[in-house]
Amino acid sequence: MSDPLVGSRYELRIDSEGARESEVVHDYFAVHPADIEETPEQDDLVGYVHSYEIGSTVDGPGIRFVAFLSGCLLRCQYCHNPDTWHKRNGYPVTVSRAMEEVAKYAHVLKVCRGGITLSGGEPMVQRPFALRIFRRCKELGLHTCMDTSGRLGERFTDEDLMDIDLNLLDIKSGDPDIYEKVTRQPLQPTLDYAHRLSSLGRPMWVRFVLVPGLTDGYDNVERVADICAGLKSLERVEILRFHQMGSDKWRELGLDYTLKDHEGPSPELTERVRKQFRDRGLTVF
Amino acid sequence: MATAAYVQGERKSGAWRGFAPGSWQERVNVREFIQRNYTPYEGDAAFLQGATERTGGIWKTLQPLLAEERAKGILDVSQIPSGILAHAPGYIDKANEIIVGLQTDEPLKRAIMPFGGWRVVAASLESYGRTPDPALGEIFTKYRKTHNDGVFDAYTPDIRKARSSGVVTGLPDAYGRGRIIGDYRRVALYGVDFLMSDKEREKHELDDRHSTEEVIRLREELAEQLRSLKELKEMASRYGYDISGPATSAREAVQWTYFGYLAAIKQQNGAAMSAGRLSTFFDIYFERDLRDGTLTETQAQEIIDDLVIKWRIVRFLRAPEYNQLFSGDPVWVTEVIGGNGEDGRTLVTKTAFRMLNTLYNLGPAPEPNLTVFWSPRLPDGFKRFAVKASIDTSSIQYESDDLMRPKWGDDCAIACCVSAMRVGKQMQFFGARVNLPKTLLYALNGGRDEVTGQQVGPNLAPVTGDVLKFEEVMERLDPMMDWLAKTYVNALNVIHYMHDKYCYEAIEMALHDRDVLRTMACGIAGLSHAADSLSAIKYAKVHPERDDRGIIVDFHVEGDFPCYGNNDDRADDMAKMLVSMMMNKIRMYPSYRGAVHTQSVLTITSNVVYGKATGNTPDGRKKGEPFAPGANPANGKDTHGALAALMSVAKIPYDDAEDGISLTISVVPSALGLDEDRITRGVDALDAYFSSGGFHVNVNVLNRETLEDAMEHPDKYPQLTIRVSGYAVNFVRLTREQQLDVIHRTFHGAI
Repeated sequence: MSDPLVGSRYELRIDSEGARESEVVHDYFAVHPADIEETPEQDDLVGYVHSYEIGSTVDGPGIRFVAFLSGCLLRCQYCHNPDTWHKRNGYPVTVSRAMEEVAKYAHVLKVCRGGITLSGGEPMVQRPFALRIFRRCKELGLHTCMDTSGRLGERFTDEDLMDIDLNLLDIKSGDPDIYEKVTRQPLQPTLDYAHRLSSLGRPMWVRFVLVPGLTDGYDNVERVADICAGLKSLERVEILRFHQMGSDKWRELGLDYTLKDHEGPSPELTERVRKQFRDRGLTVF
Repeated sequence: MATAAYVQGERKSGAWRGFAPGSWQERVNVREFIQRNYTPYEGDAAFLQGATERTGGIWKTLQPLLAEERAKGILDVSQIPSGILAHAPGYIDKANEIIVGLQTDEPLKRAIMPFGGWRVVAASLESYGRTPDPALGEIFTKYRKTHNDGVFDAYTPDIRKARSSGVVTGLPDAYGRGRIIGDYRRVALYGVDFLMSDKEREKHELDDRHSTEEVIRLREELAEQLRSLKELKEMASRYGYDISGPATSAREAVQWTYFGYLAAIKQQNGAAMSAGRLSTFFDIYFERDLRDGTLTETQAQEIIDDLVIKWRIVRFLRAPEYNQLFSGDPVWVTEVIGGNGEDGRTLVTKTAFRMLNTLYNLGPAPEPNLTVFWSPRLPDGFKRFAVKASIDTSSIQYESDDLMRPKWGDDCAIACCVSAMRVGKQMQFFGARVNLPKTLLYALNGGRDEVTGQQVGPNLAPVTGDVLKFEEVMERLDPMMDWLAKTYVNALNVIHYMHDKYCYEAIEMALHDRDVLRTMACGIAGLSHAADSLSAIKYAKVHPERDDRGIIVDFHVEGDFPCYGNNDDRADDMAKMLVSMMMNKIRMYPSYRGAVHTQSVLTITSNVVYGKATGNTPDGRKKGEPFAPGANPANGKDTHGALAALMSVAKIPYDDAEDGISLTISVVPSALGLDEDRITRGVDALDAYFSSGGFHVNVNVLNRETLEDAMEHPDKYPQLTIRVSGYAVNFVRLTREQQLDVIHRTFHGAI
């Protein structure tokens, strides 16, 4: 087993096992059975980690250790990590090995008012691994954060959620049809998860990726904003402006990148969207 | 006699009105004066004032001169050998200057300082199209021996070989050693007469001592010091100031202090001419005058702005080879700001803010070398202002107050980049640095140089076989480093003996106690490449490739290996081991004047020339490629982000690198995040680094594209400042090679 290598989140990362699997299953966009299989419980759980990054300032509060887990059901058109869709594209890492790495930074993460963020991919895919990491981080006194679409929220019990200090919940669209168009998955599980977090009082930040011509419709944004306005434990909304930094990966994977000619939102559009949220009394970044 | 002392006492009581008394009034003790009188400031930057029209006017007057200098290399040069009284008073704008004094009679006109070596002066003049005055040439080759001549009289063949192969390089054998900080504050607090009578006392104490070589030397030095103090007084009087007594106001305190510094930079072309630790000292005077209603905040800022303008135009005539070592014309007017006292109170005052505020009032600049002594316990308002200024100007370096204070006390300052010393009580013998990667190659090749094939090091058995074995390499590295340390300390002893003899820093040492602590400041270059090479040998398979001379000139590496700079102990331990190993070897060889051995992990910009002289290394660095600067991880090898790199560097033991460990990082602006918490994140990252044992960091907040654009359009970026290794430079004044080196360094997209 090799240690996880790390690069930027925009660096393509597929190991030989993942590449083999991709060859076998011709449809890269398909959700492979292995992508969503739950990891069997065992003493030192193995998780699949695409990469990790230290010092992120955009994945939750403070300065954070971010691990990108592999495996995801969504096929977002603007995904900047398409090499994380399939779980086996990640490097197998045990919980204890992963924690060895995290522990090196426990002091600095605390000084920097940060903590750990599990992102992906979709960390919910690897629920037992993710929960084991969160538990161990809580034991180190670290703030924990999960960057998720909520698609597999039903896998998490109310008790599970107590070890996650903050959910970064991606709501890709408020209109179910647009949601499916963007992600190839239904919106409802995300809404269910959001409402459960709200009723449990678990803190969350909602993130909305603003793509001109895809998610920027006034009504679509209104619906996302309405959803947000109904969430009691929502602390802030982050508008993530679409950019082209993920496009190289699509090309390298030989995938058709439908957004290759899209530009990022203009400052005016961004401000319009932010205002739609602000008008509901929400804190928007 | 008695009357004179009485009159002097009266004047002092006037100058010292309102100050808390103490033994500092009886004998020189600036630290005690500060401790008893300063006012810590824990607030924010809201009180600061912008530049006045007058300040803007002076700065503007200089702009065409600076532009002309950028275009021509130097603006003008005087061939009168420099000295405290060599040149008539000079001004930028006599009617409007608040703080006066230039090195020569015109701003930016450089002076020659031939006592270090005539050849260098002649070469420097010729490189700028000037013909050296033949009469001077005759004097300094026929009648008056120089430091440079003395050194080469006493160098051994071994030293000469090591020097020309580049395994030991950059030695101050042809230029002023610098790195001595006069306690210029003494001029303001006591006035020159008091200091002269104190020096007389120190000298008379030696009258009954038997005339050994040591005592004779000391007596002669004290006589030189007294002479230079007299000259200092005369120099000030030519500017219309009587500085025989102490300064009576804030403006005078700054002016008197600057006169002390000015005398030093008229007398010595030292590699680094630091200012010291002035802001807390000045603040006492500012507070008194503000309290008395004789000064406004705007005026206080104006005085500091004017002093900083003077610091920004300090110039020395230097040879092109010098520019290779220390690119961009640095003089290291290093000023220490901040820190905490031994009693736990912060030494941050309002004047610490005023000093940083010059970066806004006058725009970014490489000089003075603003050095913030950081501690997680600094007041939050000051931390935030410093980080804000870093984000806006990339002009500040940070050093660990908590590592230095226990060793050097709370009145230490920085000579050059990272060398801490108690002000007025300690000096160093600057020793440049040795080339570790080349030494490793010598170990592999039995002391033969991988470039020239010459036998430079001792003729030991080279490594054999197709794969380098870690244990075998270490067995050979050990005696090679012994040889290196011995040759190195030998060379430094010769250099400093001769520097004391032929190019003594009389005025700087006059502003020290007689019995100073001396350090022998050795140094190493190429640490990351040596560490990564050892890591490759240990954790991967390294196949050496030999040429027809039988010398290993390249390596083929099979497999991955951990690299220093990723917070991975396997590689970081190699760097730690090399530092401690070298230090222990250096300590084996007695030093000139009983100096305490220290070393730095600092290259300044010599990482480029060192790399140029060094063959392929097992870590994958190609022949001729620059080394990473200072203690930096190798370019592109620190793949886990800035924080991981910071943690690796923080592991280097300061106890074995007491002359400082330099790290330069560049982060892109967005790395600090996109929201209002950017300053907080910057503050937190510095707290994290320094509380983990980090010693020093240069922080650049820049995009690579900005630098690339500045290479193409230098005129658009006259003040673009970037921190390199321990100092800052105007980016557009770097050599093209150096510019490319900076651009190719890692820019971290995350902290």
